[in-house]
Amino acid sequence: MTDTLPGAAIPDPLDEAAITAAVEDAIAAISAASSLEELKAVRLAHTGEKSPLSLANREIGGLAKEHKAAAGKLMGSSRGRVNKALAARTEVLEAENDARILVEETVDVTAAPRRRRAGARHPLSTLQDRVSDIFVGMGWEIAEGPEVESEWFNFDALNFKPDHPAREMQDTFFVEPPEAHLLMRTHTSPVQVRSMLEREVPIYVLCPGKVFRTDELDATHTPVFHQFEGLAIDKDLSMADLRGTLEHFARQMFGDEASIRLRPNYFPFTEPSAELDIWHPGAKGGPRWIEWGGCGMVNPNVLRAAGIDPDIYSGFAFGMGIERTLMFRNEVGDMRDMIEGDIRFSEHFGMEI
Amino acid sequence: MRIPLSWLREFAQVPADATAEDVMADLVKVGFEEEGVHRPTDELTGPIVVGQVLSLVKEPQTNGKTINWCQVRVVPEGQQQTLTGKGIDPSGVQGIICGAHNFVEGDKVVVTLPGAVLPGNFQISARKTYGHLSAGMIASVRELGIGDDHDGILVLSRIGLDPEIGTDAMELLGLYDQAAEINVTPDRGYAFSIRGVAREYAHATGTTFVDPASRVTAPATLQGGYGVKLNDDAPIYGKPGCDRFVARTVRGVDASRPTPPWMSARLRLAGVRSISLPVDISNYVMLELGQPNHCYDLDKLAGDIVVRRAVAGEKITTLDDKERTLDVEDLLITDDSGAIGIAGVMGGAHTEVSDSTTNILVEAAHFDEVSIARSRRRHKLPSEASKRFERGVDWHVAHIAAQRVVDLLVELAGGTADEAGTDVGTAPDAVTIDLPAEFAAARIGIDFTDEQITTSLEDLGAAVERTSTGYRVTAPSWRNDLETKEDLSEEIARLVGYDNIPATLPVAPPGRGLSRSQQQKRRVVQALADAGLTEVLSYPFVSKAANDTFGVPAEGGARPALKLANPISEEQGFLRTSILPGLIEVARRNHSRGFRDLALYEAGSVFLPGDKLGTDSIPPLGVKPADDVLDALYDGVPHQPLHIAAVMTGHDSPAAATHTPRAWDWADAVDVARLMADVLGVELVVSQGSHQAFHPGRAAQLALRNGDVVGYAGELHPKLLAAHDMPARSVAVEVNVEALFDAAADVIVAKHISGYPVATQDVALVVAQEVPADQVLAALREGAGVLLEDVSLFDVYVGPGIEDGKKSLAFGLRFRADDRTLTADEASEARAAAVAVATERFGAVQR
Repeated sequence: MTDTLPGAAIPDPLDEAAITAAVEDAIAAISAASSLEELKAVRLAHTGEKSPLSLANREIGGLAKEHKAAAGKLMGSSRGRVNKALAARTEVLEAENDARILVEETVDVTAAPRRRRAGARHPLSTLQDRVSDIFVGMGWEIAEGPEVESEWFNFDALNFKPDHPAREMQDTFFVEPPEAHLLMRTHTSPVQVRSMLEREVPIYVLCPGKVFRTDELDATHTPVFHQFEGLAIDKDLSMADLRGTLEHFARQMFGDEASIRLRPNYFPFTEPSAELDIWHPGAKGGPRWIEWGGCGMVNPNVLRAAGIDPDIYSGFAFGMGIERTLMFRNEVGDMRDMIEGDIRFSEHFGMEI
Repeated sequence: MRIPLSWLREFAQVPADATAEDVMADLVKVGFEEEGVHRPTDELTGPIVVGQVLSLVKEPQTNGKTINWCQVRVVPEGQQQTLTGKGIDPSGVQGIICGAHNFVEGDKVVVTLPGAVLPGNFQISARKTYGHLSAGMIASVRELGIGDDHDGILVLSRIGLDPEIGTDAMELLGLYDQAAEINVTPDRGYAFSIRGVAREYAHATGTTFVDPASRVTAPATLQGGYGVKLNDDAPIYGKPGCDRFVARTVRGVDASRPTPPWMSARLRLAGVRSISLPVDISNYVMLELGQPNHCYDLDKLAGDIVVRRAVAGEKITTLDDKERTLDVEDLLITDDSGAIGIAGVMGGAHTEVSDSTTNILVEAAHFDEVSIARSRRRHKLPSEASKRFERGVDWHVAHIAAQRVVDLLVELAGGTADEAGTDVGTAPDAVTIDLPAEFAAARIGIDFTDEQITTSLEDLGAAVERTSTGYRVTAPSWRNDLETKEDLSEEIARLVGYDNIPATLPVAPPGRGLSRSQQQKRRVVQALADAGLTEVLSYPFVSKAANDTFGVPAEGGARPALKLANPISEEQGFLRTSILPGLIEVARRNHSRGFRDLALYEAGSVFLPGDKLGTDSIPPLGVKPADDVLDALYDGVPHQPLHIAAVMTGHDSPAAATHTPRAWDWADAVDVARLMADVLGVELVVSQGSHQAFHPGRAAQLALRNGDVVGYAGELHPKLLAAHDMPARSVAVEVNVEALFDAAADVIVAKHISGYPVATQDVALVVAQEVPADQVLAALREGAGVLLEDVSLFDVYVGPGIEDGKKSLAFGLRFRADDRTLTADEASEARAAAVAVATERFGAVQR
């Protein structure tokens, strides 16, 4: 096979062998083109005005009438083959070209800068939301109340007798002047009293919030901490209902393996009263019982203080510390980490708990 | 309460091999939490034996000290040493160097032999010292961990002992015993005694128990003893301060005799220091029976004892040698000389027993809980006696306890008891409670059998009688906490076992989910975290200065704030009126820990006292207060709105290879406020503000459309930042978000969306520097009329081409009509109208 150069002998449009040779020359050149630039040169050489096929085509006009049709047919199909090969090759080379450009545009995605700060919630606040959501899912409502509270709501309404030692067990911050009977609530139970006064029975509320005791800050104590307390007032509630509620909640928080244990205890606002332990299957160092909070059946004096007839209604209440829950659920070793506001503490948790 | 196991075993069936931990595990089931273990052998191991000093050679040393080179026999003469080990002499005689001088040849002492370990991990071994091989130690009480006295070694004859040589001294001194410490809840005064705990142990384990009171033989009546009068002319809540006073006399005691080791060992394990034989006996009986009692030196008493309230200004010097001024409400024990004791709290110094006391008057009385609690609080005198009295002591055990003290004084101090005695007072009525048959079952959720109910209550010591509707229960005299059918239900459940309570899940009525404000709070708090801020928490305790700096500017005068009566620190004695002081402190702490780029926020209450502060009195418990009383309680609680504050310092993002972070500035603070308003759908009006905590030129006041100021944002004052060790240009914002919640629309009405094309026009206006851009924008909006869809400030220019003192503001205006395509002329007309208002209002000139 020899290259057909411009200016070479013009093939006879009726010479099928010569025309086929020209076509094969063209197709060979097309497949040999390795870039779009080379293909452009090949296109000019084999389909341009001076190309053998174009020149042969032009010859048709000078042929005798009876040969024109055969020549036209031969030339038409021959040029068609070349153009088809060109188009196919162009597509291949263009695709290669596109791919090369994209490869050249490769970046190191691992060096992507952070253009936005990653924010974070405080885990105590996230946990409080989580607990609230579980109870809202059970049809309970969330109740809130003031942190500086009247002594009556914090103690007397909850059946703390004025001179009873139980009143002193909750080391209380008092607000000046003392004659005003204001204090920083020592538990979220005053919200329970407010709920009973402000809502219609049956009542099923969860009261999360900040509480205050005059403890110095150390690894396990803080003067400001958070609790969530639950209160249910309805007809015929029993301690079995209390246990069932706590067990359901414990499983939502700690998995299906979790269970609870009640131990006798004393609180002025419940009778019977119980200490609440949780069987924590995922506890650090292996599954075990962990002291979680207190609970019991609402003392009739508390119901009376809110104008609810204890002969018709009964209720149960429970309360747990959010800090304490976070400590054993998320393995926080030192209370101060939650309090000091070091951003590493919140940021480690991000938006989750 | 600490319970020595040997003591508990006297009255309850505690297995011989039970540990303190085992006992606590049982007691926790009936409601006593575990507090700890006290076990001498955890720190002390033998061999520790009785030895006799055979010889003692005084050897003066060059350092001026004289040491004793002693030969001590530790095995009875003629017997073999059975102990082996390095340093133990097969002869049974140990050579020991001793520096103490309070003993002589022939004394029997405690020898810690090589291999023994004393408290503090002090290992005894044979060692060369002062030119001898000292093989062991002659021990002091302090070295054995059984006392503070380290003046000399323990000579056994001085504590009344003459044991055989070689006796196990740990056994002798009660050091193999151990105590379980339990927490007693404030309703159960009776459990502050071995008597009460032994009964509870029996409940917990289903075993039997012997009442220590039943072991004492006391005469049924007492007569002719020391004169005692009960003269309470001011009972509290109508209850006499003293309703029983038993007095017994013991003569001819030797008060200087040592307390026997078994007693001092138990006292020590119970956490009570051994003081003198009569005092130790008194404490021992209190621990055993739960009845506080007192020994007076009879010869120092003058005339009859009178129990009465104090008179104004009366004084007493108590046992701790402190003079105390008494309150007219204090109940006193007095004689002709005046006060000789604060009843149930602490005795007086003058009539105290001493080593030379020979005649003793024993007091065992019953006092009112409230009276004792108040005196204890008033004088800050928490004592073992007051602890028991204010929780309640068994009225019926007083004469028994007095007899027990008398018996021990006779037995151990060599006294003789007078046959005559005193017992005055009136027994309170027994408490009877009607328990309906089904009540406990309904309350607890267990179908208790009749037998379970009856047996449980009888085990407690109650008398149970069947009635037509249930049970009539007479509470035991030592259980002053049993008053209601609920109390009885707890007792039945406790004894049957809380573990038997089944679980049922009550179904709440359909709820309403989170309230609107709860949802709003969540949205705002989450939005700030989503925007890259970090939530932190700080304490609400601040200084007065901090409140004055950060509180909302007041029209002159100090800013009202709540002060704590008993703050943890006086400097932080107030409750915050702003979140910022605490938040800035958190920022400073983070900054000092090397975090330069910070964006922190906190959501929390601030405390804003109004005109009314609390109430003068509070209503009683157990009754719903009248509406006006309740209203006053509600009104007296100060306003405590939810605020959210943020502090930003440094840069908005971490520096990276292809990223240049931006420094936070005042506008970011404003933007955080806008973010809070945006997520709630509330419009925030920003204007030039003035707040002492902020840069005077870079403070924005944040208000609602109705003009209510809801917060401030901007750059913090440079001096304030310097004073708080914070970087210059730090910015802050604080918003009363509760006000934003209230301002949020209940229902948002949809707006028509026009499909016609927009016509945009720009305008640059030159105005005086001090004219706020926001107001120019508002003027344009007003002037442009209904065709204006939006207007925004896109450039502020000061420089060449603009006169000094002026600035050029460039605004983009977007016009669109609801019903047609605007022509260029229409848009231009509207624009001209907009500019006209700006010109009229601010002299704005178009550039």
